[in-house]
Amino acid sequence: MPSRKTSRRFLALTAGMATITLAACGGSDDGDDGGDAGAGADVTSNVDCAAFEEYGDLEGTSVSVYTSIISPEDQPHIDSYVPFEECTGATVNYEGSREFEAQLQVRLQAGNPPDIAYIPQPGLIRTIAEGYPDVIQPVGEQAEANVDEHFDEQWKEYGTVDGSYYGAPLGANAKSFVWYSPSMFEEAGYEIPTTLDELMELTETIASEQESLPWCAGIESGSATGWPATDWLEDMMLRVNGPEVYDQWTNHEIPFDDPQVVEALDAAGEILKNPDYVNGGLGDVRSIATTGFGDAGLPILDGNCWMMRQASFYQANWPEDVTVAEDGDVFAFYLPSTSADDQPLLVGGEFTVSFSDRPEVEAFQAYLTSPEWSDVKAQTSGPGWVSANRDMDPANLESPIDQLSYELFADENTVLRFDASDLMPAEVGAGTFWSAMTDWIALDESSEDVLSGVESSWPSE
Amino acid sequence: MDFLLTATTPGQKFLVMFIAILLFVAVMGIVLWISDRPRIPSWVTVLGFLAPAALLLLFGLIYPAFLTIRDSFRDRSRSDFIGFDNYATIFSDAGFRTVLVNTALWVVLVPLLSAGFGLMYAVLVDRAFGEKFAKTLIFLPMAISMVGASIIWKFVYEFRPNQAGIEQIGLLNQILVWIGLEPQQFLLNPPTNNFFLIAVMVWIQSGFAMTVLSAAIKSIPDDIIEAAKMDGVSGFRMFRYVTLPSVRPAVVVVITTIAMATLKVFDIVRTMTGGQFSTSIVANEFYDQSFVFGQPGIGAALAVLLFVLVIPIILYNIRQMKLSEEQR
Amino acid sequence: MSNAPVTPDTPDDLVDKGRNLDEGPAGTQVKSTKQRKLTRAEQRAVDAKTRLASPWASAFAIVMAILWSIPTFGLFFSSFRPEREIKTTGWWTYFQNPGLTLDNYDEVLFGSSTNFANLFVNTVVITLPAVIIPITLALLAAYAFAWIDFKGRSWLFVGVFAMQVIPIQIALIPLLTQYVSWGLAGSFWVVWLSHSIFALPLAIFLLHNFMMDIPRSLIEAARVDGAGHVKIFFQVLLPLLVPAIASFAIFQFLWVWNDLLVALTFAGGSPNVAPLTVRIAELSGSRGADWHLLSAGAFISMIVPVVVFLGLQRFFVRGLLAGGVKG
Repeated sequence: MPSRKTSRRFLALTAGMATITLAACGGSDDGDDGGDAGAGADVTSNVDCAAFEEYGDLEGTSVSVYTSIISPEDQPHIDSYVPFEECTGATVNYEGSREFEAQLQVRLQAGNPPDIAYIPQPGLIRTIAEGYPDVIQPVGEQAEANVDEHFDEQWKEYGTVDGSYYGAPLGANAKSFVWYSPSMFEEAGYEIPTTLDELMELTETIASEQESLPWCAGIESGSATGWPATDWLEDMMLRVNGPEVYDQWTNHEIPFDDPQVVEALDAAGEILKNPDYVNGGLGDVRSIATTGFGDAGLPILDGNCWMMRQASFYQANWPEDVTVAEDGDVFAFYLPSTSADDQPLLVGGEFTVSFSDRPEVEAFQAYLTSPEWSDVKAQTSGPGWVSANRDMDPANLESPIDQLSYELFADENTVLRFDASDLMPAEVGAGTFWSAMTDWIALDESSEDVLSGVESSWPSE
Repeated sequence: MDFLLTATTPGQKFLVMFIAILLFVAVMGIVLWISDRPRIPSWVTVLGFLAPAALLLLFGLIYPAFLTIRDSFRDRSRSDFIGFDNYATIFSDAGFRTVLVNTALWVVLVPLLSAGFGLMYAVLVDRAFGEKFAKTLIFLPMAISMVGASIIWKFVYEFRPNQAGIEQIGLLNQILVWIGLEPQQFLLNPPTNNFFLIAVMVWIQSGFAMTVLSAAIKSIPDDIIEAAKMDGVSGFRMFRYVTLPSVRPAVVVVITTIAMATLKVFDIVRTMTGGQFSTSIVANEFYDQSFVFGQPGIGAALAVLLFVLVIPIILYNIRQMKLSEEQR
Repeated sequence: MSNAPVTPDTPDDLVDKGRNLDEGPAGTQVKSTKQRKLTRAEQRAVDAKTRLASPWASAFAIVMAILWSIPTFGLFFSSFRPEREIKTTGWWTYFQNPGLTLDNYDEVLFGSSTNFANLFVNTVVITLPAVIIPITLALLAAYAFAWIDFKGRSWLFVGVFAMQVIPIQIALIPLLTQYVSWGLAGSFWVVWLSHSIFALPLAIFLLHNFMMDIPRSLIEAARVDGAGHVKIFFQVLLPLLVPAIASFAIFQFLWVWNDLLVALTFAGGSPNVAPLTVRIAELSGSRGADWHLLSAGAFISMIVPVVVFLGLQRFFVRGLLAGGVKG
């Protein structure tokens, strides 16, 4: 790799600086230039340390990681650091918290930031970059080189604020999926729809032929209630209006309540607000607002509903005895677009943002962008995790849904768009947008009304 | 001596704890020893008693409160003065009127209901058989953390449709189904959903009220009761004319304390509805604006609003204090 | 109100003076001339008559006790039920189908890389000083407000009282900023300090109320004997206040034990300092759907506070007796 040589020199340089300026941090690189070929041979494990030589000897150093990912998803993350820790000697301290978003801002403001934070919203990266320009660190040279090499350039854009590159992609998830029971479909003789019209026809067919309702949905998520409904709207925006309008809407180049958005929301409403279509096994239309999104798919297992739209990560929500496979208990199909040739895909994901320029932190951030890490993480995670890293080995993805997501990420025809609510300013994307969608369902407010409510809350700047 | 800051083993941690306590005792000992020297000016004594607490309060509450008041007049970057814009934003927001009404509901209902239930229960189980056990039952909710409380009430309010093959998992709806009614979405329909959230807080705070008031009841001198009895007073009249007047000051303290706590509480709303369905209260809005939406200015203005809301309670208590001062 | 039950050795004349001072509720002007010489049995007979002995009253108490405890019992049964059953059937079906699993407890206690015992130690280490320090400081301050005359006393006290309403969230950033600059962030020290600060306004307010109810005559008598404030505080007041202190201690104990926010902000989630609540809060899982774990976790964290409450209950009763809490 051409990037390796430069980065080695860069590391050595910063390491030298670290001993002078950051001596107070407890441990720093001892100045080793990182070229020690024998470094990996000493490690008595089956980890191949060859790929880690570029990071140098980081013995005695530590990196703190702060995330919103908590039990049980935290353990695979912690386990995925082991090769890095064993080969470089650095220690990685993981801390996950439910209060991540709030606590991160508290810590930043108090001057106590973590070394690395996993941020799931590009909008928050922008807020932090604007609010704490002296604290946030640009992505290190080597990590940036990795991103250029292994990721679609779109993923780099999400982490870029006004030309500076701050957020390196970590995990990713495909959101445009509809969960269903293959056996129920087979028994009833239903085909997987390939266009939006077919999907609506199927919905109508189920509603008229079956005793149970075609769809179930749930948007309750504690203080984040409403977000699953924003995904519905975003998916429909991509399908009804196309990616260009979607981008204009995301960037507030067209008003939030533009007629095209109203049209998309009405399209979502044809399913979500039709009492003949929802909410199988969970109640009436309004029960969507109080059903936990994690529980929303469970009626499929009892045959009380047929379909539930939710991201690839939902496979972790099925009870343990449920098989997720094309011939298993449940599986997911791609939420089709207006034509079978169009393939817009709504995605989400986390980004690593660094608040320290210590060499071990840069090395660690670089490790997280490498295919090696994605492979290890895929192994430690099991089903429900995938990365947009093109050069990871898909053989490590054991679940067919993850493989499908990976293929969609890598497919040239796929038009990727990041979750709009995560790109918008927090008071909209994590505030009024959520509550507007909740009111849209819970209080049966009209599409126009809720959207114009969000528009008026858009920060004036 | 690294372990003083980074204790890792249980032994080290307990050692640090004992060192801290000893240190604290030593410092306080010196302070008091100085303030008790003979012929020392009296202001030194006052200082000795008050200064430690006053310093901590200055540092930990007054200074932050001052910063908050200042920030409430500044923009989101906390650097530019913008006058009353944040306050204007709050009050021009359509949804905010609901928030204020909800907060008023909370701050009136929670203290009154908690104190009411707590007092009645304390009177009824007083000196009854199994009193300790009976009181523990009401106290239990206080011992449960907020996360625990939210899950407990999920098993009460949770809604499932009334159809074949589906069972209720919320007790309240199960009861409705048993008596032949349709299950309800308790947390979904404003304004009644507010009452169901308030019930949770009352459930928690009644234990506090009951404990304090029960003790106050027990401290009513027996001779007062005996004398009243000789006059033929009993039952409800005993409660009305003897018990209630005697514990009235304690009731005021309980109501005040719970009202203050209610103004600040946000966990219940946050975990149970996320402030949706018109159930938000000022403390919840404050948390969102300050820590989620990156709007410290508006958050600060909301905190200042909390100070303002509490003024009536303070005034009432000042009056009470004056009264009891005169009685001394 | 009387101090008698707390201090059975107190000479009766003192007690009587105390009572005379505190009498006042309208309609209850009764001279306490009678000495209490009743036997236990007689006392019980008197007690029985003073109760609101109507069947309606008893029924109300029983209904209320049931209403208050049913949600908690629901949690208790749920914590022994498998995940799937918790999500599809009500906990009351447990009685028709009593299956018992300890899996939830097993997962909560041993299912994480963070050692549960370790977090338990942290909670204890955090809680003890965070109870002792604020109570001591509040006692001294309350004494000054109640029994030392100085200028501006009332206004200062009102100020402290009003501080109860300051939401601790506004203090998080300023305090953390200082702790970071002192290099103390993430240690037990700042957690103790923060808990102490946040407890002070309420502690001073409540303890002040207890202190005010101590008969002036007691203090004056000691003063006449030439005792200084420190001596009066330790020798006269403290013994009378022991029960009051114990009662406030249990509440402070509960708040610190169940605290999440302070620990999260100042200690961080580092397993060396983090208390139990940090782990409990995570139990509901990233998707908030792991109710089965949360019910078990909530129950485990509840055990110690309940045991402490049961153990100190006699202090509660007698504790507030000392002051009778006066507004």
